[in-house]
Amino acid sequence: MKLLQLKQIEKVFYQGTPDEKKAIQGLSLTLNEGDFVTVIGSNGAGKSTLLNMVAGVLFPDEGMISIDDKNVTFVPEHKRAKWIGRVFQDPMAGTAPNMSIEENLALALGRTNKRGLRRGVSSNRKKEFQQTLTDLNVGLANRLHTKVGLLSGGERQALSLLMATFTEPRLLLLDEHTAALDPARAEHITNITQDVIRENNLTTLMVTHDMEQALQMGNRLVMMDEGQIIFEANEEEKRQMSVQDLVEKFQQIRGKALADDKTLLHK
Amino acid sequence: MVSALFGAMESGLIYAIMALGVYLTFRILDFPDLTVDGSFVTGGAVTSVMIVSGISPVLATIAGGAAGFLAGCVTGLLHTKGKINSLLAGILMMIALYSINLRIMGRPNIPLLNETTALNQGRSLWDAMQLDSIISSPLKAIGLSSFLPTSFFILVSIGIVVIIVKKALDWFLHTDNGLALRATGDNAKMVKSFSANTSNYVIFGLGLSNALVAFSGSLIVQYNGFADVGLGIGMIIVGLASVIIGEGIFGKKSIARTTLAVVLGAIVYRVILAVAMQLEFVKASDLKLITAIIVTGALVLPNMWSSWRERSERMKKQKAMQQSLDEERRNEVATAQTD
Repeated sequence: MKLLQLKQIEKVFYQGTPDEKKAIQGLSLTLNEGDFVTVIGSNGAGKSTLLNMVAGVLFPDEGMISIDDKNVTFVPEHKRAKWIGRVFQDPMAGTAPNMSIEENLALALGRTNKRGLRRGVSSNRKKEFQQTLTDLNVGLANRLHTKVGLLSGGERQALSLLMATFTEPRLLLLDEHTAALDPARAEHITNITQDVIRENNLTTLMVTHDMEQALQMGNRLVMMDEGQIIFEANEEEKRQMSVQDLVEKFQQIRGKALADDKTLLHK
Repeated sequence: MVSALFGAMESGLIYAIMALGVYLTFRILDFPDLTVDGSFVTGGAVTSVMIVSGISPVLATIAGGAAGFLAGCVTGLLHTKGKINSLLAGILMMIALYSINLRIMGRPNIPLLNETTALNQGRSLWDAMQLDSIISSPLKAIGLSSFLPTSFFILVSIGIVVIIVKKALDWFLHTDNGLALRATGDNAKMVKSFSANTSNYVIFGLGLSNALVAFSGSLIVQYNGFADVGLGIGMIIVGLASVIIGEGIFGKKSIARTTLAVVLGAIVYRVILAVAMQLEFVKASDLKLITAIIVTGALVLPNMWSSWRERSERMKKQKAMQQSLDEERRNEVATAQTD
């Protein structure tokens, strides 16, 4: 079943000025239910723009985005969030630093439940939070009252991941969520991510700089450059590829594309 | 002196409601809202006009608060929908409210001395129950009779109102909506990703804050016995002073602790002001200057104090180290001489 569909998306920044930049050019991508797609590409390839458009932070100039066959192209971010869980690159970005762990978790519950005047951290919820944190096994279970601003980057990212996923979103968006962490922590978060996605069978779109990670994780890989998808690999192809293969593939495609431009110019 | 102190505590309690409103915008929403200078008067203006035209004073007080709520919402709309910078949105609303307040009042000053206010009504009930003598008698028994005010009515009744407002605010800030409001001021980007419409929370938060401010203005007008269009000048500074002094002295560990600190801060501020006004060379017209000095002091002194302590601590350690070095050298010299 098709869960996320992007059709012929176009996005231009600073249109009509000398700084005009075509961020996304005619991009189409479909995620089936249960797909875990990793997106790689160099800086400025349009990966983050793509993710922001799926989340509703940016609206496309042209094209259509649908989730579960609902057209959500211009549905504002806060309404679309009902179906989407997100983890950001910056560990500061996904949590409220001056609120406690339990208050952050209660806030995350509001993603799918309508907010009313009931107590945010009720005793029932508190027990639930404790259980979920114990399952996550990152040593936060006994620190429910701790302000999130006092946690380390890795702990915050683990909490962000939990907050984005424990309400079982239809779609999970990960925006280089391990890039700001040291190698050991990054690996830890990567492992947790894989566990959480597998357990909840979450459909996921993950942007990363790390080609190794992109090959290890997920069942599909997408390579972007200059706002377009230039290469796709399915689970089978992905398994047989190394980072070296990916780099060669990238250069080969880009080289060919340049050659094409040259031949066009000659005509 | 004693009556001045009691007066300061009474008005401090009334201003505490305003300070809670300022706390809500300044600290919770992280929105420096200058609407306060205008909405404080709006509350008083609406209440006094309604009282003069014979409407029930309790109803008039509620209406005053409601007017403040609307004013705050407009500031919120200017900021969220009109994309106007938060400071500028507040200043625009403050200026606009000055004219609006004059329109509401019809003249710059409305006396209420001969009108029945909500406070008068409560007072006659209070006197009928002879509560003053019940409170005073044990105090008189321990020889405090010369320190007693004429009545405890304002302290007790406004005190109860302030406790109710504080408790209600504490409760609200821990509900699901309250958490979203707090997170909006803490990390707006993140709240949006959790299905919260941050614009609505900013608008509502500003409305609630200004409702409290206007409610306080409405009570002050009834307490003073007159409404004046210039009553709100510098009110935001008074509010900030209460928040900063309160947090500085009484701490800000949790929401409940901070709201208590803000209330006490408002009272402390009034008491400092009353003491300053007792000084002989201080004139009534120096009030605003003293306000500015108190706020500056509250902002600067805690920093200076902590950096001074840090420095003296450092000096002490340096001295101890120097001493032990000197000791060592002396020992070395001594051993060299014995050789």
